[in-house]
Amino acid sequence: MYIYMGHMREVDTQPYEPNFWAKNRIDLVREHISEINHESKKLIASDGTQIPYDQLVLALGSKSNMFGWPGQDLKGVGGLYSLQDLENMEEYSPALNRAVIAGGGLIGIEMAEMFRSRDIPVTMLVREKSYWDNALPPEESQMISRHIIKHHIDLRLESNLGEIIDDGTGKAHAVTVKETGEKIDCGFVGLTAGVSPNIGWIKESGIDTDRGILVDDGLQTNIKDIYAIGDCAELKNPMPGRRGVEAIWYTGRMMGETVAYNICGSKIKYDPGIWFNSAKFLDIEYQVYGTVLSKAPPEHKSLYWEHEDGEKSIRIVYDESSKQVIGFNLMGIRFRHEVCEKWIADKTDLESVIQDLSLANFDPEFYEQYESALVKLYNSQTGKNLTLKKKRKLSQVIKFLRS
Amino acid sequence: MNGIQKIGIALFCVALIIFTALLGYNDFVLTESSLSTSSEIHKKAILEEAASLGVLDKTYNNNISFISDFKSSILSAQAKLKNQYEENPPKDKEASEWEYKIGDWEIKNILTPTIKASGTGWVSKNTFNAFLLTFGLAILGGFIFIIPKFFESPGIKNDGIYHSSLTKGLKFGQKLFFITSTILGVLIYGFFYMGGNFFWPLLTAIVIGIILFLVFNYQKEKTLKPTRSASSEFAGWLGIFAGVYLIIFYVILYWSPQYLTNWITMVDPISQSLSGNDASQWFLYGLLYTVIVFTMGIRMIAKYRHNKYQIIRTCSVMFFQTAIAFILPEILVRLNYPYYDFKNIWPLNYTFFFDWNINNLLESGGLGIFMLVWGIVLIILGVPIITYFFGKRWYCSWVCGCGGLAETMGDPFRQLSDKSIRAWKFERWIIHGVLVFAVVMTAMVLYHFFTGSSKVLFFDSNNVRQWYGFLIGSAFAGVVGTGFYPLMGNRTWCRFGCPLAAYLGLVQKYKSRFRITTNGGQCISCGNCSTYCEMGIDVRAYAQKGQDIVRSSCVGCGICSAVCPRGVLRLENASGDIAERTDQLRTIHITEDQIGIL
Repeated sequence: MYIYMGHMREVDTQPYEPNFWAKNRIDLVREHISEINHESKKLIASDGTQIPYDQLVLALGSKSNMFGWPGQDLKGVGGLYSLQDLENMEEYSPALNRAVIAGGGLIGIEMAEMFRSRDIPVTMLVREKSYWDNALPPEESQMISRHIIKHHIDLRLESNLGEIIDDGTGKAHAVTVKETGEKIDCGFVGLTAGVSPNIGWIKESGIDTDRGILVDDGLQTNIKDIYAIGDCAELKNPMPGRRGVEAIWYTGRMMGETVAYNICGSKIKYDPGIWFNSAKFLDIEYQVYGTVLSKAPPEHKSLYWEHEDGEKSIRIVYDESSKQVIGFNLMGIRFRHEVCEKWIADKTDLESVIQDLSLANFDPEFYEQYESALVKLYNSQTGKNLTLKKKRKLSQVIKFLRS
Repeated sequence: MNGIQKIGIALFCVALIIFTALLGYNDFVLTESSLSTSSEIHKKAILEEAASLGVLDKTYNNNISFISDFKSSILSAQAKLKNQYEENPPKDKEASEWEYKIGDWEIKNILTPTIKASGTGWVSKNTFNAFLLTFGLAILGGFIFIIPKFFESPGIKNDGIYHSSLTKGLKFGQKLFFITSTILGVLIYGFFYMGGNFFWPLLTAIVIGIILFLVFNYQKEKTLKPTRSASSEFAGWLGIFAGVYLIIFYVILYWSPQYLTNWITMVDPISQSLSGNDASQWFLYGLLYTVIVFTMGIRMIAKYRHNKYQIIRTCSVMFFQTAIAFILPEILVRLNYPYYDFKNIWPLNYTFFFDWNINNLLESGGLGIFMLVWGIVLIILGVPIITYFFGKRWYCSWVCGCGGLAETMGDPFRQLSDKSIRAWKFERWIIHGVLVFAVVMTAMVLYHFFTGSSKVLFFDSNNVRQWYGFLIGSAFAGVVGTGFYPLMGNRTWCRFGCPLAAYLGLVQKYKSRFRITTNGGQCISCGNCSTYCEMGIDVRAYAQKGQDIVRSSCVGCGICSAVCPRGVLRLENASGDIAERTDQLRTIHITEDQIGIL
């Protein structure tokens, strides 16, 4: 995304310097692997090279979902997952009259932002009633929908992709909207309806798979000394409330750390901890900690405050009967991960969280603070008279985290 | 960029072309009154020679032939006076020989003011119009380009930075070419600058050799291949043009200001209104500097107007440059006080302990004494105490003039800093080397001041300070410091050369409450923070491990925090954990005994 928009070069997006691998005695081999022979413990590359292993960690990533749309294999059609996908977008970008993006999730809005950075008109076809409303609560979902339109993106809600039309040379030149039959001319079609584990031929290698590569609590597959981590792994026993496949960045990192412990002889179970996530929708940053459901069950109540500019909000979700805080949802405001996590883990009472809320504030210095607005809101809803008890000083935060 | 902004850029380019062309566009006539020297003997000799060479009262229509002819007149007068002095030594034994002979340094002092006073053409008669057509038009164009930015939706707007030929940076080979040719150029010119003495350039070459050896061999950075540096596959030709233009400007400003007289003439009225004196090249430079900091400061505010930290910080550098560094010293001069920049601290202000400065301050009554004490208090109390509380950012990105230019005019080039570990190794050797050089040089100068003896071991303190002024004060801080903005990023001087930054950095690293904290496990390793760190800190390397960032080079500009899309970085001051702020408290996301995220 940032490469396409000219914010960074490809080399800047790599987490380590190119000489990191050699310095740390890691052989970086660029090969296409076509077979795993787990009896002789060898990988076989497509050019016939054999690479022996003692322990094998599979980190194969995802691939973009394709739902069998007519025309999905035409030129000028693509997802956004790999560098090759980016090159594909780049190829069709010069003189592009319009891009249509099918799928309204995190990747869809990213792709829309990319095209808009080059002033290319964009139409987004979103199946839901409001942007990403299967993950965001209604108010936040509407906020982002408004923001998308403000950025001159043609947002079509409750619209599905019908078919992609060939211009006669094997290249996409228009799409139709399933619901209305409307035809939209475009030179590029982005398919961003989520991702699924990239497990292709792994199924034939004797490794058990379902949606992804099935792994036990120590991230080992059914075959000894073969592990799978990241987007391609599917936990046989996920934590309650969590899915077997979680294609988010930090679970991949945690799985990497877990598998390293296991391979090095310390047997530990994978535990992703309390849910969190973040994203940026055009100019609005988003953070979530704990349980914030899009369609909240009746026992989940929330205290929701929205700034009058309609682009910042704080939501604190709590259990109605116990008043224990279970989640935070932030738009345009930064909260400190460790503090929110500790409140949730300690099953902290809503009122005590509200009064100490400044501890969580992670916005840059001199930014306006909205904790008092939240306290005021709570007081007006309940008739109580709470006040803020703590300041956002790092010293206080450290004291709290160590308590 | 919309249509209005294109008009702004076009106006700016027209102004730049006129500005450049004006350098040669004036008529010059050398007359008795335009010759500027305080010595009657010298004046008479030069006028005689100028008359015999046909230079006197002749109208020249360009400065190049005029400067060359006038210089010959001086040289010939110099030779003549020298002969006279040797053949007929004057009877007055008390007088210095330089009352009769013309010294080489004096030629420099005669040249620029005389050339300037000899101007008779359009620029000299139309200073106000010339100023409007250059400064005025450039500022207008700049604002027409900048103001529409206030109407874009607020948020990080870095689109197209790596697509623009001005800001995309250089190939590794091109970068190497600029570094090598600059070093060679400085050493060769330095040979002539030191009066044909090869000792100083040679010593410098040896030090450069030692640093190269230390980094490449001793510290095992053997490969010369580009690591993940600012080098790229594509060449930014506009950036190269801008860099070369700036380098040439600085070379002329420092070492041949006689070619800049048309520009200096243009700003005479402004200098008159401030200090009551005619402008010098330093006034021109100060005005240019302030105008750029101010205009580009407005751009900075437009770009980061959603970010209060950036707005306040930018206003601060604009204020300190305009009021404290530029206007106040001029007013002091008008009131017959010494020219003094209250925020310039030794060793960045390396002339502070020079004999002429100390004497000047001591002779200026109570205010002069106060200035001397103020300067010393800043060094021994101000720097450590304020840095303890806030980190070195209080100076480097809030107060300093060099920092002010880097944060305003330099902002479009911040991504060009080299983030490799190798660059970090170079940085530590070079910047601390300059600090040592500054301290040793100042110690020798003070030794000379108090004992009256200029010899320390084999060195003459006058030569040491002359070489420091040339190599560090002019070549490094000026030519490389600003000329390299579009080539190697906007903080090249601050990062590799500034001795004050080195001093502030030592305090920041070992005893300061300042650090950048990271937000738990939220880092996605996208790389924006590292890319936009002007000091070349690989911020991501810390953030993706959840580790606090404590680095002596960090100037606390806050851009890493601003460009982070996930709200991971925050600049903080806290004393609670000051002893353990570099511990890897939050480095692991999964732990063996306490499974969970931390």
